[in-house]
Amino acid sequence: MRAVLKHELSSYFTNLSGYVFGAFLLLFAGIYTMVYNIQSAITNFEYVLGGMSFVFLVIVPILTMRVLSEERRQKTDQLLYSLPLTMTQVVLGKYIAMLAVFAVPLAVISLYPIVLTFFGNVHLPAAFSAIVGFFFLGAALIAIGMYISSVTESQAVAAGLCFVVMLVNYFISDLADMTSTTAFGSLFMLMILALAASGVVYLMTKSGFTGLLCAAVLAGGIMLAYAFQPSAFEGLFPKIMENLSLFERFYALIEGVFDLRSIVYFCSVVGVFLFLSVQSMEKRRWSE
Amino acid sequence: MIEVNHLTKRYGNHTAVSDLSFTIEKGQIYGFLGPNGAGKSTTMNIMTGCLAATSGEVRIGGFDIFEEAEQAKKLIGYLPEQPPLYLDRTPREYLTFVARAKRIPERQIPEQLTQVMAVTQTIDVADRLIKNLSKGYRQRVGIAQAILGDPEVIILDEPTVGLDPRQIIEIRDLIKELGKDHTVILSSHILSEVQAVCQTILIISKGKLVACDSPANLEKLFAGTTTVDLVAEASEGELWEILSGVGNIAKIEVTEKAPNRCKARLNMGNREGNQACREIFFAFSKAGRAILQMSTARASLEDIFMELTAGEREEAQ
Repeated sequence: MRAVLKHELSSYFTNLSGYVFGAFLLLFAGIYTMVYNIQSAITNFEYVLGGMSFVFLVIVPILTMRVLSEERRQKTDQLLYSLPLTMTQVVLGKYIAMLAVFAVPLAVISLYPIVLTFFGNVHLPAAFSAIVGFFFLGAALIAIGMYISSVTESQAVAAGLCFVVMLVNYFISDLADMTSTTAFGSLFMLMILALAASGVVYLMTKSGFTGLLCAAVLAGGIMLAYAFQPSAFEGLFPKIMENLSLFERFYALIEGVFDLRSIVYFCSVVGVFLFLSVQSMEKRRWSE
Repeated sequence: MIEVNHLTKRYGNHTAVSDLSFTIEKGQIYGFLGPNGAGKSTTMNIMTGCLAATSGEVRIGGFDIFEEAEQAKKLIGYLPEQPPLYLDRTPREYLTFVARAKRIPERQIPEQLTQVMAVTQTIDVADRLIKNLSKGYRQRVGIAQAILGDPEVIILDEPTVGLDPRQIIEIRDLIKELGKDHTVILSSHILSEVQAVCQTILIISKGKLVACDSPANLEKLFAGTTTVDLVAEASEGELWEILSGVGNIAKIEVTEKAPNRCKARLNMGNREGNQACREIFFAFSKAGRAILQMSTARASLEDIFMELTAGEREEAQ
């Protein structure tokens, strides 16, 4: 794993991508600090991070688009497969390298609230819990981006897909709020989700039977639950979306609620998507 | 050293490798020979763990390539058909990565790098970006990667494709050199290449092993027939008449006819060359006709290769 980590780190810093990524993050942190803390004289540094959380929409695709897709396109994955490395080591090495590239500008950003204490009354625990939250949010999103990069051969497709996923993630709770809050509305939306999930299962397994089975089980389960307790469905869909949304959890941290459950949630997302990335790399050996 | 047992690989309905079994002994150079699409690369990819087999097993030094992947992979160095190079790195950085991945102790890495770069003659380009290197140098960096860490088995998939004749000779010499203290397996669709460097040839056709022996034995085994090329001072009719007296000629093919001069190719069956010539000579001298030219030929390895893989060609057409 160390070999992959060192190799990835040095490649982020020998070509421009590591610097571009850092510069982008620092640029927006700078602008938001200027606007919120200096011009508007707000002493809450956490609002800076809250305001700039949309940068993830851009920086995550930039960071993750080539990480696994490029290996496949250049056929360097054959090297990784033939070396005495496990795919877990490869995926972890690459992931930790990306986290490090993300952590460097964040370390610089974490100096800002300290600097601001010289000029006003900054609540440091709130600022730093927001920075920790920002890191974990980024870690979760990078893991998702890495998985997306593992399913395609083209950087551009990976970047586009990743951007869309980030966008949906960013707006999901707003979008869900717009849907009907009646029990039937939730049922309808959950049914659509169940069908979409079955469609994904079908695409991944290429087995019509598994897809149909999945659809039947999910839709049947939802119908059954609705038949027994329709009242539980009221406002259920927006609530589920809000709980699933990574950004919503980060906003809770910004508001000064350091909820450990959020951190656990971020770590679970990281775990799931790293696992999926490893499986996706392993799968290439079977289908190529 | 390597055991391949009943290996089968299917892609959907297409069977790329079917029930392939062979054993590779230590310390020899093996050649995989077969037309394009015969399953050479697939077999090599499975042997090195890059691809999963549909069924069957591969054991490297006793370790299963899938179950005990790490131990097995430590024993092999692999150069795929397209050298797996990181184009935006230099050979030195690239090889350092490979060395670390192969668990070479950090202190020995500079020394080992110098050694493999000397063997593959890549020292001159060690600090240039790989994307700026020529095909020949890229191939060498790929070979350097494979031999790094001194693995017992070196597997090279079409190592000379796309190189100029001079580079081909250099790479061949390098492979021969490596064969002195490693087991080397290389694949090619060019017969002369395999013939030039390999001690054992495995001919693969349509995913099946059709022959496995040394080049000399293969020739002996399959080259049962002797062909005689003949130019005689006789008309075609006379030629047929004289030859009918020789007997046991499998096939006569008259390739050129003039009133007083004929050229023919005779398939003399499994007769030994000189014996065939003697019989023809006396037949002609008895008839009072002169033989102007006569030469014998035995089926070459090229012919055997063509014959063994002929089915595939016809099918492809």
